[in-house]
Amino acid sequence: MKEELVTLKIDDKEVKAKKGMTILEAAKEAGIEIPTLCYHEKLAPYGACRICSVDVERKGRVHVVAACGYPVEQGLVVRTRSPRIDRIRKTIIELVSCTIMVDGDVVGEIRVLADEYKADIHRFESRFRASPTRCILCGQCVRYCSEVIGIHVIGFVGRGVDRRVVFFPQRAQFCPTCQECFYLCPTGKIAAETAGDTFPGFSIDDYLSGKMLIK
Amino acid sequence: MPRINSPSELERLREETRGKRDPNKPCITLCSGTACHASDSESVSEAFGRALKEKGLEGEIDLRRTGCHGFCERGPLVVIYPEEICYTRVKPEDALEIVQSVREKKVVDCLLYTDPVTGARIKREPKIPFYENQQRIVFGPNRWIDPKNIEDYLFLGGYRALSKALFEMSPEQVLEEIKKANLRGRGGGGFPAGRKWEETKKTPREPKYVIVNCDEGDPGAYMDRSLMEGNPHSVLEGLIIGAYTIGSHEGFVYVRQEYPLAVENLEIALKQAEEYGFLGENILGSEFSFRVKIHRGAGAFVSGESSALMNAIEGRLGEPRMKYIHTAVSGIKDRPSCLNNVETWATVPLIINKGAEWFNSIGTDKSKGTKIFSLVGKVNNTGLVEVPMGMTLRQIIYDIGGGIAKGEKFKGVQTGGPSGGIIPEQYLDTPVDFDELTKLGSIMGSGGMVVMDENTCMVDTARYFINFCCEESCGKCIPCREGLRLLREILNDICEGKGKENDIELIEDIAETMRDASFCALGTTAANPVLTTLKYFGDEYETHIKEKRCPAKFCKNLINYWIDSEKCQACMICLRNCPTEAIQGGKNLLHWIVQEKCIKCGICYEVCPPRFGAVVKLSGEPVPPPPAPGTEVVRKEGG
Repeated sequence: MKEELVTLKIDDKEVKAKKGMTILEAAKEAGIEIPTLCYHEKLAPYGACRICSVDVERKGRVHVVAACGYPVEQGLVVRTRSPRIDRIRKTIIELVSCTIMVDGDVVGEIRVLADEYKADIHRFESRFRASPTRCILCGQCVRYCSEVIGIHVIGFVGRGVDRRVVFFPQRAQFCPTCQECFYLCPTGKIAAETAGDTFPGFSIDDYLSGKMLIK
Repeated sequence: MPRINSPSELERLREETRGKRDPNKPCITLCSGTACHASDSESVSEAFGRALKEKGLEGEIDLRRTGCHGFCERGPLVVIYPEEICYTRVKPEDALEIVQSVREKKVVDCLLYTDPVTGARIKREPKIPFYENQQRIVFGPNRWIDPKNIEDYLFLGGYRALSKALFEMSPEQVLEEIKKANLRGRGGGGFPAGRKWEETKKTPREPKYVIVNCDEGDPGAYMDRSLMEGNPHSVLEGLIIGAYTIGSHEGFVYVRQEYPLAVENLEIALKQAEEYGFLGENILGSEFSFRVKIHRGAGAFVSGESSALMNAIEGRLGEPRMKYIHTAVSGIKDRPSCLNNVETWATVPLIINKGAEWFNSIGTDKSKGTKIFSLVGKVNNTGLVEVPMGMTLRQIIYDIGGGIAKGEKFKGVQTGGPSGGIIPEQYLDTPVDFDELTKLGSIMGSGGMVVMDENTCMVDTARYFINFCCEESCGKCIPCREGLRLLREILNDICEGKGKENDIELIEDIAETMRDASFCALGTTAANPVLTTLKYFGDEYETHIKEKRCPAKFCKNLINYWIDSEKCQACMICLRNCPTEAIQGGKNLLHWIVQEKCIKCGICYEVCPPRFGAVVKLSGEPVPPPPAPGTEVVRKEGG
């Protein structure tokens, strides 16, 4: 069966994409960069970080959508940068920086994005009173463990501002010590703090809450 | 009960039921909804049972426990039929007298509702201003029905709409009728139900699902609960008609586990509907088969969001999914799933029975029909009210609600729960419908309406709703989770007098990002209470930040309690009640508060006799020095 193609415009560039693809995938193929924090090509779109927000124009109206989940449509007009999109990305970086600040700075992909979008990572710092978990809850470790490895050793608990990632003690014995989750983490947290060791027998949460000392 | 296998059998059964019931036989109905239950209608019911037995009147007077009547402020409510005599705040000890009066065709005057304006006692329920100004087409039958008895529903014409849809209309005709009626979703979004049904219907995948959303979670709102508790068959009938229209054979009712009476009555209703053949195989002898399962929600506000609710039904985490493809097309197990709110489904049988034209005759241009609101807060008559769309806020709050309690002044009304906003006095004449409230930055939502008076601090109110969402958001996406977290801290600071000059700018920036970029509607609307209070009560924020003063004298950190020496009569009441022994003085000696010891619990303010009014709240002004120790009180005349 021949695959159905649709034509859309991303940043004034005409792009052909297979039906069923997301804007992010189509942009990637066309060599157009859209930043992501929770996206992973082996995982189902998740849409939690909202960094991939883009403007789409549909029936004359402009909406903000997450590029990682929005399916391409014939005639869709996408703008990956606009004053509004830049502002959204800047504020998201500023908001999330509070939770991952180490020694007054952020690392990894978020550092790069902070520079790109001129985000003031200290903007909300004085108002952030929770202990920095160094986790942005992108869920890549959780989803990779369940969707790709199929073991479900890591999961979310809690709701709202109390949501966090835990290493389920009951499932600990099934951890294949594959270490794959170490390298998915966009804040570099898991890999850095385990210093290359296998996943230990205590909660990832202990790491993230800063209770465990860095080796 | 034998199964009903055709429309004529249904009508025959209805006639039989009618024949058995003498319309002139006295009937004592007792509201047994949640609010009346809380004010002990259970004991009242037992007392009536005993009284009837004692007087040997069990065969002569019926006793029926119904769902919520709406006037919860005055519960437990008793209405005597056929005269419709309404008694309010009935106690168990009143039962005997009421039974006696029913027998003698008399009225117990002291239990009647007294109009606070005219002072007149009002005998008949429909004449009470609270009810008189309502149009109770969906909620009204609650007061006549024992929700545990399907016969009551059938007696009032129940399941006639289903029979009509199944045997006189094609699914397409039913859909056309719903579309023509412009029925919009009562859960908050106001999306046209007909269009949603159509989308599910025309999506080719099978099976299709229909779902009732009874995950009501707005603070102060309980209309879905009361409808489900009081008239579950009306919801089921609507759902079955929807399923027939869409071509669904399996439905779900998502109901909060915290609504035990709703769950119980729904379970009974489902069982009865199956026995009578309104559910199951070949409904009413037709080709159509449909089953319903109950899914008990574990109490999560976010699970009221359609895709989160469907995740929960599938047994997954109750957090929303990306909805760029509508749940109407890809919902439960990626199958087309049509979700409507309790009230929306309950409105469907009315439209089928009376027609789209009738429905269109009620309401405004773009919002048709009626809406049930839960009118609560600082209003005299709290309760559930059903009014035609387009009635103004003023009419609802003053004509039905009886105005602001304790003679205070109106300040604002919160509509739409945590996704809504607070509307100030200058917009009281706004007609209430989906679009008008949206224009004001609020929403109609599922129908919560919290009235606030001058003693309510708007910054604190915004903080309350943000705090609610901090706990009730799923926490999945960054703008909502981190935005709420920081909004909460900033608002806490402002309420505590630690607000900073640029806080308003920070709030607006966060709110804007939440609105534009959050994953689901909870996040995109969560900042509405802050944005509307900033818009309409911005000066209150300024006063908190710049003057460190709370104009409503509510925020603890910004107020002091002080005893006015001129007014204090040294009655010892506040002194004895102060939990931290912060009040000094003694018998015949002027009282005064040691500010360092005061925890601002406000007990002294509450207990000081109003005729003295000596305890005063101060905000933004220095506390005057205390009287010299041992100063004797100057007694006022008669004091």
